[in-house]
Amino acid sequence: MTDLDKSGAAPGEPTPAAARPPSAFLEVRDLKVHFPTDDGIVKSVDGLTFSLEKGKTLGIVGESGSGKSVTSLAVMGLHRASRQQRSKVSMSGEIWLDGKELVSADPDEVRRLRGREMAMIFQDPLSALHPYYTVGQQIVEAYRVHHDVDKKTARRRAIEMLDRVGIPQPDKRVDDHPHQFSGGMRQRAMIAMALVNNPELLIADEPTTALDVTVQAQILDLIRDLQKEFGSAVIIITHDLGVVAELADDLLVMYGGRCVERGPAERVFYAPQHPYTWGLLGSMPRIDRDQTDRLIPVKGSPPSLINVPSGCAFNPRCPYADVPKDNATRTVRPELRQVDGGHYSACHMSQEERERIWTEEIAPKL
Amino acid sequence: MTETDDSKKIPVEKSAGDAPQEAAEAAPPTAAPAAAGPEPLLRVRGLVRHFPITKGLLKRQVGAVQAVDGIDFDVRPGETLGVVGESGCGKSTMGRLITRLDEPTGGSIEFEGRDITHLSQGRLRPMRRDVQMIFQDPYGSLNPRHTIGGIVGTPFRLQGVEPEGGVKKEVQRLLELVGLSPEHYNRYPHEFSGGQRQRIGIARALALKPKLVVADEPVSALDVSIQAQVVNLMDDLQEELGLTYVIIAHDLSVIRHVSDRIAVMYLGKIVELADRKALYDSPMHPYTKALLSAVPVPDPKRRTQRDRILLKGDVPSPINPPSGCRFRTRCWKATEECTTTEPPLVALRTGHQVACHHPENAPNDQ
Amino acid sequence: MFSYIIRRLISAVILLLIVSAVTFGIFFLLPKLAGQSTDQLAQQYIGKAPTPADIAAVKKNLGLDKPVYEQYWDFLKGIFVGVDYKFGPEAAKCHVPCFGYSFKTHIEVWPEIQSRLPVTLSLAAGAAVLWVVSGVATGVLSALRPGSLFDRMAMGVALAGVSLPMFFTGALALALFTYQWPIFERSDYVPLMEDPFLWARTLVLPWVTLAFLYSALYARLTRAGMLETLSEDYIRTARAKGLRERKVVVRHGLRAALTPIITVFGMDLGLLLGGALITEQVFSLKGVGAFAVEAINANDLPNILGVTLLAAFFIVLCNLVVDVLYASVDPRVRLS
Repeated sequence: MTDLDKSGAAPGEPTPAAARPPSAFLEVRDLKVHFPTDDGIVKSVDGLTFSLEKGKTLGIVGESGSGKSVTSLAVMGLHRASRQQRSKVSMSGEIWLDGKELVSADPDEVRRLRGREMAMIFQDPLSALHPYYTVGQQIVEAYRVHHDVDKKTARRRAIEMLDRVGIPQPDKRVDDHPHQFSGGMRQRAMIAMALVNNPELLIADEPTTALDVTVQAQILDLIRDLQKEFGSAVIIITHDLGVVAELADDLLVMYGGRCVERGPAERVFYAPQHPYTWGLLGSMPRIDRDQTDRLIPVKGSPPSLINVPSGCAFNPRCPYADVPKDNATRTVRPELRQVDGGHYSACHMSQEERERIWTEEIAPKL
Repeated sequence: MTETDDSKKIPVEKSAGDAPQEAAEAAPPTAAPAAAGPEPLLRVRGLVRHFPITKGLLKRQVGAVQAVDGIDFDVRPGETLGVVGESGCGKSTMGRLITRLDEPTGGSIEFEGRDITHLSQGRLRPMRRDVQMIFQDPYGSLNPRHTIGGIVGTPFRLQGVEPEGGVKKEVQRLLELVGLSPEHYNRYPHEFSGGQRQRIGIARALALKPKLVVADEPVSALDVSIQAQVVNLMDDLQEELGLTYVIIAHDLSVIRHVSDRIAVMYLGKIVELADRKALYDSPMHPYTKALLSAVPVPDPKRRTQRDRILLKGDVPSPINPPSGCRFRTRCWKATEECTTTEPPLVALRTGHQVACHHPENAPNDQ
Repeated sequence: MFSYIIRRLISAVILLLIVSAVTFGIFFLLPKLAGQSTDQLAQQYIGKAPTPADIAAVKKNLGLDKPVYEQYWDFLKGIFVGVDYKFGPEAAKCHVPCFGYSFKTHIEVWPEIQSRLPVTLSLAAGAAVLWVVSGVATGVLSALRPGSLFDRMAMGVALAGVSLPMFFTGALALALFTYQWPIFERSDYVPLMEDPFLWARTLVLPWVTLAFLYSALYARLTRAGMLETLSEDYIRTARAKGLRERKVVVRHGLRAALTPIITVFGMDLGLLLGGALITEQVFSLKGVGAFAVEAINANDLPNILGVTLLAAFFIVLCNLVVDVLYASVDPRVRLS
């Protein structure tokens, strides 16, 4: 992850599109995805900035409603694929993919990148695959959108991909319908479909949540192997800290549509700098420790995305809301501030205070 | 699958009005009659549940889903028995059998020394108040047209019991007990978040002061931070009310945190049953070992260090389970013996039962 | 797939047998409940002033004195092999499929129905093509832009189409396009083979009025189905592949949204083939529907029975076709 925030535009202020092409492969700057509804504007993503290099994996972690899935769909342009969708969303900020800006781009241009330069796999492979078409037909279709080849060639390619993702007897299974596959095989087929055009960016949205543990392990291994082989950039979106620890180089923790902490995975796991990240770590029962003490949950429930608290979104649930802050009041939204290296945190508490709380109060209990 | 379909149709709170009130007050260990060692609260022997598969106009039976196929275990008063396994292992069916929401095909279930295997719904009534169930889906298990007061108070009305101080007061006490406000009495389920709904479900289950609470995936539909709140709540309630729990879950981390003893199920069988520490520190069944190694650990440094056992393929169909040991098709230690002979569940160490011909971590003196 | 078709076929035949038995039973009982004796029943086949001997002969010939199951059996046999009646010296051959003779005209039921069938078939088929094309197209376009001007207008018209009764729209169409501006003159049905142009011209008004009613239903149905389908995960997947929106909608959305419409269509077409009663009345078409109305008015039991069975046959047949179509569209159906 590169340093962006020091020079980044102030939040809320629209940045002129196509300002400066970035150096990173994928760069998202001050992304906002809002959905106007009858009850008010749902601010699903509200000022998100991050970047990702090829060959690296970024884990986006958050609970339901944190904006993690909306972010991934925004990068793919899937909030604006149809006219109807475009009428329901307002997006601002910049998404740079390999030197091209996608937020201001023509939707049809983004469509041509979808599936070829960036591809996506989803949580539930059974509902994500069309029930009426064979697995082969669906992969062939994905290939032929971007390659001018005949059906035979595309079919050979589909079989090759199914073989690559570990489907036994791919030349026979290619003619099966999704319901004839097991859950794990369906997700493999989804991966084969996503990778059929050698995309440079792969987004995996909760790719293993619907799968059993032993199958999850197979799929995570497969994603890791394929990334090594294809050298693509991977974004993995999950609520499971175990899954990101397994795969991610960098970590981005989202809460209430914003990034509260991001940095190299090891830094975020071993020296987290935001009370919400502490809360996540404390809430999680550990498979690797025989801990019988009580868990340390986060009190309350996630914020409404329509009436996001004016200051720090986490403030109402923060156990340290009363700790004196160096620079601001509760009504000011905390910006991401650098902790060190590529590690950022959006908290009003001073760094010394946070480090003290982590080492003295949180870490010993985990 | 028939595992979960009609769980909502049968009210859990069917109880007779004449049963004594002190139920949960009696400290669990003393409830057992004087015998050699503490009498188990629940004793399950050879429990079988097959769901017939019929075909054609005449509905002749062509096979059976062997959801639960001969399992033995005890639940001791005051303990938490965790039941873990992948989808299709029969753990949910088992839960519905021991609460008698479903009729066993064979075997026996004894509750407090009384055979309840084939009791009619009417005869089951007194038992219903002692055994309660908490369901996975906090959205589907509460009637949207009833107020919270109505939902939590249903058990009293169904059995015509008038608690001390009246139903309303008792319901409000229960709401407070599970961490909700007594003012929620007149609200409707849709006004609550997932975590709060699960609390409502727990309050309803506790209304009749049960001795045994069977919880089927009580936290798997909840976000991590909320999950921890509910796990802690269940912990507190167990201590406060002397409850005995059977907790069914697929999440091995949650199971490790909440259980005293753990049963691992695979394709309708218990393959290993042991104390928490023994099971997680030195699992003896290859399946348990593989299962534990497959769970992603939230610790980025460990991903390179651990040797993960990757199981091949998926769980076979419970309609045609493999002969002999059901795990043999995915087991790396399988031999001829495993194909021909089914390994019985035997204690290889004190309190550590395994069903395997080639157990891991086997004691040397065997 | 093959065994699936066989299974559906067998159940269709069984269903038809049950329907015919029940219908026959009802029509056997009806006169009895109305207090008619078998003598009076038999009398209806003879002219004025019958002699008791005539009545007895007819009773014997038609088997009216036999128990109901035997009569039903004879009736079934008649449908498949025909019946030979002997009325004294003259013999009558009731040809396959024999549904008996009309009380009133004393001619065979089937040839009469047969002569009416082309009218009803032409009416139903033409209207069906119209309403499926216009209904589905309107529904899809509405679903693509819900809340748009087009959508609101189309759904407004659809609401009108659903709520306005046939005898109103039909009469209105006649008043406007036949009497006010005689674009489509009133004329009798002309067989397609005889003069295709005249055939179509006679039927345009009934087609359009009938299709208006149905396409309104289909537009609403398609719109709802499309809206539901377009929010499915696999539509998102199709978009994630980079498919053009048109392909996403047609190949992935419409195909899934059409399956429930096929079901309803089979039902509607089946019903209509059994006679479009009101439409045929309004436009004075001599189809199966009009035949049924005449038979009912004349209390002509054999005719009513024949037309009822024909209607049942069409419904069962259409449902069978729907089942097979459904299975060929949705691979999951074949397995269950």
